[in-house]
Amino acid sequence: MITVRNVRYVYPNGNEVLRDISLQIEDGDFVAIMGENGAGKTTLIKTFNGLLKPTAGTVLVDGVETRKTSVAALARSVGLVFQNPDHQLFCETVKDEVAYSLRNFGYPPDVIERRVRGILETLDLTPYADLSPFMLSGGERKRVALASVLVSNPKHIVLDEPTIGQDYQQKDRLRNFIVQLNTQQKTVVVVTHDVEFVAECRPRVVLLSKGRIIADGKAETILANEALTEKASLLRPQISLLFSSIAGLPRDVIDVFSAKAVIDKTIGRLKQCR
Amino acid sequence: MSMRIFEGFKFSKLQTPIHTMDPRAKFVMIMVVFATSLLFTNVLVLTIIFLGQLPLIWLGRSLRRWAGSMKGGVLLAALIFIMNWVTGSTFTYSLAMTIRFLGLLSSFSIFFMTTSPDDLGLALEQAHVPYSLCFTFTTAVRLVPTMAVDAQTVMDAQRSRGLELDKGNLLRRVRNYIPVLIPLIVSAIRRSVELAEALESRAFGLSSKRQPLIMLRMKGSDYLVIVVSLLLLVLAVWVSLCVQLPSIEIPLQFPRIW
Repeated sequence: MITVRNVRYVYPNGNEVLRDISLQIEDGDFVAIMGENGAGKTTLIKTFNGLLKPTAGTVLVDGVETRKTSVAALARSVGLVFQNPDHQLFCETVKDEVAYSLRNFGYPPDVIERRVRGILETLDLTPYADLSPFMLSGGERKRVALASVLVSNPKHIVLDEPTIGQDYQQKDRLRNFIVQLNTQQKTVVVVTHDVEFVAECRPRVVLLSKGRIIADGKAETILANEALTEKASLLRPQISLLFSSIAGLPRDVIDVFSAKAVIDKTIGRLKQCR
Repeated sequence: MSMRIFEGFKFSKLQTPIHTMDPRAKFVMIMVVFATSLLFTNVLVLTIIFLGQLPLIWLGRSLRRWAGSMKGGVLLAALIFIMNWVTGSTFTYSLAMTIRFLGLLSSFSIFFMTTSPDDLGLALEQAHVPYSLCFTFTTAVRLVPTMAVDAQTVMDAQRSRGLELDKGNLLRRVRNYIPVLIPLIVSAIRRSVELAEALESRAFGLSSKRQPLIMLRMKGSDYLVIVVSLLLLVLAVWVSLCVQLPSIEIPLQFPRIW
C-alpha cells in the first residue's frame, strides 16, 4: 500500500510542484495519474520510491516512511520505469541490461537466468537478447527498460509514460500485460497523457492540475467530464466526444468496447420495435 | 548526490560590474590569472592569487554559487594533494599545487558564471574565429546545464534499479559511476546527432559571411581592465625571474613506499 499524506514538494530553485497531495493506493490497485505538463505527475511518482523526499508531509510504502529508508531498499518493492529508456541503458547486451537490477539485489545466477528469459519472452524481446540495447529502435529500447525493472518482480509497479513510441500492436500488448500484472495483485501506477489508452484500460484515474489533485475516481466518470478534462489540459476520448454529441446516448461511454455494447443494445431494441 | 558543482559554472543574468564587463576583457583577465598561477609554485603567491579573486566574485554577486563549485572541487583537490604528497613532493609543494588547482577552478568559475554564452559566441566571432567553431563552443557551454539535468535523471533511474552510488571502497565507488556515465555519453551523442540534423535542415552553414545583429563595443573600463591585467602579468613575470620569494617549508614528508 502506498500512502501519501499532505505532501508538498518544492524543488531547490523554489518551484513548488506538489501542493498538499493526499492519496491512498491499495495493494492491487490500478491507477492512472493524469494531468497537464508540469502538473507534478513525475515528481509525485518519484516520491513513491524515495528518489524525492517530500518537503512536507509523508509518503509510506507498506507502512515504511520513505524518508527513513534508502532508495535501494525501496527499489525491491517499488519498480519505477522512467520515461526515456536512454537514461538507463548501458550494458553490452539486452540480457545483461535486464539482469542488472537482479545482480544489484544479489540473486543467484540460476534465478537471474530464469527470470531474464521469462521477462524477455513476455515482452517479445527474446530475439534481441544478445544484441546491444543501443542497436534497437526507440520502442524496443522502451520495452527493454520496462523489462529491466519488471524482472525483479516488484510489488508496486510505477510506469512513467509507458505508451510513448509504441505502435498500436505493442500498446495493445502492453495493455494486456498491465491488466495481467494487475490480476496478479500487483499495484500498477501509470503516468500518462494517453486518454485512449486509459479509456481502454479503465483504471482508477487521479487527475492532477498545478500540483493538486482535482479529481480521483473511475475512468469513465473523469474522462467523460468535459470541465475536468479541460482543466487538466486533456482531450476526452474520441468515443466520449462522439457519444456526448448525440442526444439520447449515455455520457459515460469512453471506449470502443462499451460503445459497441451500447450500439448493439440499441440496434437490438430497434429490431424488436420493427 | 546532486549536480550542484555545475551551478558554479552556470551563467545567471545579473547587473554587476563583472557581468557587464566585455567578454574579451574578462577573458584577458582570467588568462592572466591562469598564466600567473602556472608561473609560480610558491605557496604564498598561489594563495594570494586564489584569495585575490574573492573580491571579483563578491563584485559579481556570485559568492554562494562559487562556494558550490569549490565544494564540488574539494574531492579532486584532495586527490591532487594526496597524489603529490605520496609520490615524494614536500608538504608545502603539495599544498601549493592544491591551491593552484582551486585558483584555476575559481577563475573559470568566475568567467562562466558572469559571461553569457551568447556574449562569448559574439566575442569569438568578432575575433574572426570561424562561425562553425564559435557555434560549437557556445553550444557546448549551453548544454552543460542540460547535461546536469540528464545526469541527475540517469542517477535517479539507476538508483531505482538498486544502484547504490556511495557503496563500497574507492574502486567500487568509481565503478558505480559506469552505469551513470554510459547512458549520459550515449544520450549526449544522440542529442548532438539530432541537433546536427536539425541544424542542417535549417540551412546551417549556407552563407559564409554572417552579419551579427549585435556588435560588442569595448568601454573605457574594459580597456582599463586589460591594461591592468597585462601590467600585473608583466609584474608577475618580473617577480618570478628576479625576486627571491620567501617560502614556508613545513618539514612533513610522506614516508617513501617505493
